[in-house]
Amino acid sequence: MLQAQQKTEPTVTANGYAQLATDVLAQAKACGATEADIVVADGETFSVQVRVGTVDRLTKAREKRLGLRVFIGKRSATTSTSDFSRASLNQLVADTCTLAGAVVEDDVSGLPDAGHMAVEQPDLDLYDDTVLDTDTQIDWAKRGEAAAFATDPRVTNSEGAEFDSSSGRVVLANSHGFVGSYRSSNFSLSVSPIATESTTGGMQRDAWYQVQRKFARLASAESIGQEAARRAIRRLGARKVATKRVPVVFDQETAGSLLANVCSAVSGYGLYKRASFLLDQLGQTIASDLITVYDDGRMVGGLGSRPFDGEGLATRKNTIVERGVLKSYLLDTYSGKKLGLPSTGNASRSVGESPSVGPTNFYLVPGEKSQQEIIGSVKEGLFVTELIGFGINMVTGDYSRGACGFWIENGELAYPVEEITIAGNLKQMLKDIDVIGNDLVFRGRIASPTVKIAEMMVAGN
Amino acid sequence: MPEPVQLTTFGVTEIEAQQALDRVKVRDVEYADLYFESRTSESVSMEEGIVKRAAKSVSQGVGVRATAGEKTGFAYSDELTKRDLEVAADTARYIANSPKGHSTVPVPTQRRPTRDLYPIERAKAEVATPERVALLNEIDAEARRYDPRIKNVMASFNTEYKVVVVATSEGTLVGDIQPLSRLQITCIAEDRDNRQVGSFGGGGRVAFAYYREDNRHLSYAREAAREAILNLSAVDAPAGVMPVVLAGGWPGILLHEAIGHGLEADFNRKKTSAFSSLIGKRVASDVCTIVDDGTLPFRRGSLNMDDEGTPTGSTTLIEKGILRGYITDKLNARLMGIPLTGNGRRENYQSVVLPRMTNTFMLAGESDPHDIIRSVKKGLYAVSFGGGQVDITNGKFVFSASEAYLIEDGQVTKPVKGATLIGNGPEILTKVSMVGHDLKLDNGIGTCGKDGQSVPVGVGLPTIKVDEITVGGTQR
Repeated sequence: MLQAQQKTEPTVTANGYAQLATDVLAQAKACGATEADIVVADGETFSVQVRVGTVDRLTKAREKRLGLRVFIGKRSATTSTSDFSRASLNQLVADTCTLAGAVVEDDVSGLPDAGHMAVEQPDLDLYDDTVLDTDTQIDWAKRGEAAAFATDPRVTNSEGAEFDSSSGRVVLANSHGFVGSYRSSNFSLSVSPIATESTTGGMQRDAWYQVQRKFARLASAESIGQEAARRAIRRLGARKVATKRVPVVFDQETAGSLLANVCSAVSGYGLYKRASFLLDQLGQTIASDLITVYDDGRMVGGLGSRPFDGEGLATRKNTIVERGVLKSYLLDTYSGKKLGLPSTGNASRSVGESPSVGPTNFYLVPGEKSQQEIIGSVKEGLFVTELIGFGINMVTGDYSRGACGFWIENGELAYPVEEITIAGNLKQMLKDIDVIGNDLVFRGRIASPTVKIAEMMVAGN
Repeated sequence: MPEPVQLTTFGVTEIEAQQALDRVKVRDVEYADLYFESRTSESVSMEEGIVKRAAKSVSQGVGVRATAGEKTGFAYSDELTKRDLEVAADTARYIANSPKGHSTVPVPTQRRPTRDLYPIERAKAEVATPERVALLNEIDAEARRYDPRIKNVMASFNTEYKVVVVATSEGTLVGDIQPLSRLQITCIAEDRDNRQVGSFGGGGRVAFAYYREDNRHLSYAREAAREAILNLSAVDAPAGVMPVVLAGGWPGILLHEAIGHGLEADFNRKKTSAFSSLIGKRVASDVCTIVDDGTLPFRRGSLNMDDEGTPTGSTTLIEKGILRGYITDKLNARLMGIPLTGNGRRENYQSVVLPRMTNTFMLAGESDPHDIIRSVKKGLYAVSFGGGQVDITNGKFVFSASEAYLIEDGQVTKPVKGATLIGNGPEILTKVSMVGHDLKLDNGIGTCGKDGQSVPVGVGLPTIKVDEITVGGTQR
């Protein structure tokens, strides 16, 4: 048990922060701001890393931060601080107004219309008040790692297992009188074993993980450790393959990364800057007709759910792609105005930065085939399980990334492969998706089932 | 010599710091430190011809750390009262399993760093916003003047002013002031349906005047515009194994990914690195000598001291092809019984110390860069790169070109679209057959990520020839 005493000052309630926010907004107005909004976030985090059976690192902290955005007419600036003292906040307000006075007028800047602010703030079941003692959390990490070691004698080493828990609160208020707040929590376990091939000494690392809003929803530590071990062991003996154009099957994780590329490409900021390969494609076919993508901010218990967005607009379920046709971008108020469209409720806000656009729960609707059936349908090809590097050009869609996975021969995983790249162009790759799996699982804010792309260039020997 | 930074900057007395260290350094704790940090970050950015965003952020806090054997206990707080220090100290020492038996740590004695690699007055680092706005406006005009096909210019100027004090259970108390800035420009070029991007940037631990010296900011703007325009005529990249010539400077990212991370002591202590048992062994051809040097004045990756208060140094990683050493922080140097190299770094007070690179580069060789290109019959000449990544355990690394050309019969010919290069860290440098005499350091744009922590770094490279590496293009 961790016995560190907590501070004796009274706990600041959401109401306390709401009062603080109202005071700062009033001060900003007195300083010349025509509009303003403020975000206050606080939270507690705990993290333990266990490596080869002993605690490697234990971290615990509480933190808080306040972000202020002011508009003086059409000029705006954003600031943030972790110091909530009166003197510091006075300085912050003055600095923000001075900064705003120094930039150029931007015709479309401003808060959302007062009439559009979220009215209801539904409870999306994002918060779990379970308090775990230190030893329990250490135990989770230890059991996860031990299960990986117990799975196979070839698991000889470990990058460790990590258990994290965090909880926090966000309060958002603006000069329209909007005040919103919600709490959320996260519990996660990851295990990263290393497997060694006895003959060559070659090592392979892989990992498996889970994240949940609720502690009770976590699968057993053992199941995560076993899956991590299975993934590391199956990579042993990986080799290069000859350069060849073949069908490529992406597992859920790597297909999720493709979907994340789509998510960036439909983000309003990339679009109005003309920096997206999906520019001017609204209403056009951008992908195979098997593809339907939703972004749902109201999914109960979802890792990307929130009752209102970073500007205080209601979140909702948006259809992004329907049977291959691009139906909607992801927009906040600013990027929407630049494109002549209303916000989609996707403003994302880091304290201290002006809003940008982010997904909530962004996912590809599953199909009917199992992963095994999809692999079974391939005579010769690549099954990708990990992608590395940054070889994606969002302006052109050009795509070239390091990959590892398995070579498929006659519908079977024949042997592991590494030190290869896969390349193509995302515009074509989306159209070439010809099978979608039935295995959608939400492990993060962006989730995809297995997908197969008819053909890509694999570079190796 | 820099002025010593006083603890009083943080409203904390030396007695309070010592008491907190006393509290954390229970019997099993071998080492403890307090890291006080105050950081002011400012940014202005422009797009569509107007400077429309300005932001400023201020943060202050303390990280309290205790190490016992391989274990690290860590806590941080954004409040700096005596009580907050005590709570953090109690959390940090939890890992020691020994709540009793306090030892007394020596009274800290104030030291100052032994050198000043970035003597910049605060006022010269943090200029008023209108001056920043003017800089960006000139950049926009210059990039658009370069070619009418430049349709958008996105530019940002960021500064950070960081004040740190490290108090350790060894009795040291040392502080540093670390200014840092960066100018980054991205241009979008359009020619009918063809849209391409080009980027350029630079910076370091420099004063604002640096960006206006010889109109450096305008040369950055032209470089970004040039790359975007060039890419309008780029052809698809080839796929497969071929010789690659890397230009000097930023392509040194190869060293950072292929060997740098693999030589960080933590991975080697845990024996999870592909380099774990290779000290004294050949890992590169004998024309390769590679160092990590945190002592270069005004460089983005340089530091007067690392984040444990150790002066940074110059560490030879590879000498004429032989692996010589790792880069270390205090924990890993102690556990491995190897020298402390001054590479213990952390992103901020909220993160733990890890062994990290500073400025990593290959020393110049003897070849003429033109001869290097002329020696290639069919291959790739890569001039600029985006990011890279490595899998420490199996050694596989990638890095992605943003400006590259075909080499045909010893001549640089057509520009090609970006492609990812992939290789194996412990092998790739054995295939370096020629090293140019033209060592260049990068312009000061690198940020390295590890365990979710970002720190500024530098890289450098002379022109080199790699006899074979896999190029991940789309064309046979």
